[in-house]
Amino acid sequence: MMFTAVFMVGPFLYAVYLSFTNRKLLSPLPTRWVGFENYIDVLTSSDFWAALKNNFVFSVVTVPLQTGLALALAVLVNQKLRGSTFFRTTYFIPITFSLSAASIIWSVLLNPSGLFNTVLEIVTFGQFTPDWLNDPRYTMAAVIIVSIWASVGFQMVILLAALQGVSQDLYQAASVDGANAWEKFRHVTLPGIRHQLFFTLTVTIVLSFRLFDQVYILPPKPGGPIDATNTIMVEMIQASGNNQIGKASSIAVLFFLIVLFLTIFFRRFEPKDY
Amino acid sequence: MTSIKSAKAQARRKSVTAYVLLASFAAFFLTPVIIMVVGSFKSDERVLADQKSLEAFSPTPFEGLENYQQASETGNFFTSLQVSLIVSFMIVIGGLVVNSFCGYALARLRFRGQRLLLGLFVALIIVPFEALLVPLLLMMSEIGWTDTIRAQFLPFIAQPLYIFLFYSFFKGLPGELEEAAMIDGAGPFTTFRKIIFPLARPAYASAGILTFLYSWGQFLWPVMIARSEEVRPLPLGLTFFRGTPPVQWADLLAYATAMVLPVLIVFVIFQRQFVQGVSNAGLKG
Repeated sequence: MMFTAVFMVGPFLYAVYLSFTNRKLLSPLPTRWVGFENYIDVLTSSDFWAALKNNFVFSVVTVPLQTGLALALAVLVNQKLRGSTFFRTTYFIPITFSLSAASIIWSVLLNPSGLFNTVLEIVTFGQFTPDWLNDPRYTMAAVIIVSIWASVGFQMVILLAALQGVSQDLYQAASVDGANAWEKFRHVTLPGIRHQLFFTLTVTIVLSFRLFDQVYILPPKPGGPIDATNTIMVEMIQASGNNQIGKASSIAVLFFLIVLFLTIFFRRFEPKDY
Repeated sequence: MTSIKSAKAQARRKSVTAYVLLASFAAFFLTPVIIMVVGSFKSDERVLADQKSLEAFSPTPFEGLENYQQASETGNFFTSLQVSLIVSFMIVIGGLVVNSFCGYALARLRFRGQRLLLGLFVALIIVPFEALLVPLLLMMSEIGWTDTIRAQFLPFIAQPLYIFLFYSFFKGLPGELEEAAMIDGAGPFTTFRKIIFPLARPAYASAGILTFLYSWGQFLWPVMIARSEEVRPLPLGLTFFRGTPPVQWADLLAYATAMVLPVLIVFVIFQRQFVQGVSNAGLKG
């Protein structure tokens, strides 16, 4: 309890306070109350909005893609086929990779002459081989690919456990009623796993707003190239690195408000038990 | 006759499709892993040059452990390994003790403000740690803890999420168990150790695995607080190693392999617990 008080409640209130000051690390001048100056500074800077937009784009693409893929993988692995345990293991392996290690490996694969482009070249007959990490048009796509690779296994496992909890009787009853595979999925599987599906969706949304490791390591410079993958977290780090603690705190508070808003907003769509 | 045959053929076609899909996904997830391990045994030039052909998958010309030696000498792998081991160990063990005791106290003890406290923890679950890091950095610098290893684990030991996880687990255990133990003359700590802990193993495994993965990969906080080489955990060490020109891909892959492989081996051994641990967390959340 003490730990929580010292390291969570305290810092949070402190962050709110700091965000109204011009605090610097190790400054000879006394800290001054500056009111909403930091917020105005942040909210009127185009960098912050660009970063927020990047976060938003990342979420809008990654969340449905990753959840959909996780569901597809879970359904595939859940079929009683020989070797499905092996495949489950395979899909889960990237979870054991730190995002930093994953980013380094993918820097090699996403090199203009890397393996990823070699495969793309074959598939698209040489039409599409972008410079993923240096061309600002494609860097966010690269970040999304790496993120999905590194964390889809997590959602898959949760959804797989949910699938295994759906009663077999329901499927048999559906078969008796003449339902085809899609109808069974739509009317038996999806309702049966709605709670876990909702859980993974909300967690993925919140996590996607914390995006940092990949955009810090993968591009040639953090948030680069030309701020194409700049995120709120990168902005916060840069402000704190520039010794603008007040500004960094106000970004932190805004970040918290966004996460809080998203959490409350999605709560309303939580599936109810009938 | 024919209808049975065609049904069989249909079933086979279906499972062939399933296998093709399973295998292509497996290729997507495994290829980077293979490239990493293979590349770590090659010369630096060959790593990128071989990506155009199937040679990407063969560790030739074989360089032995030379890249690993580079990772250890230039990249200071072992210094960072030590930091990461200490940090992860403290977060995992400290976290399990603190969070489970806290959850147990909330589930069993009656005291004033208990409900309020529980509500507070539940509310705190949604506060992301990222929002706290800036003031935490300032606090650390005020008490002179920047650039220390303890600044990297102490703030992350208590986690409301796991307190709540343990709380709901303990709440679900019948209170008669402890009463029976008490009647047999066991004190609270003996009861906990002998009765509660063995029952709560799945909860401990779940929380332990998740905190380990989290602490092993932690990156944002070290970027902010770890300045000197002696306190850099592995993810940060890897980033610094890449930032040291010229970029030597094979050395970097060796570093990454050495960083990931221990976790991977533990994962393969304790696969069932891993998968169960993660899915438990999902079901409860």
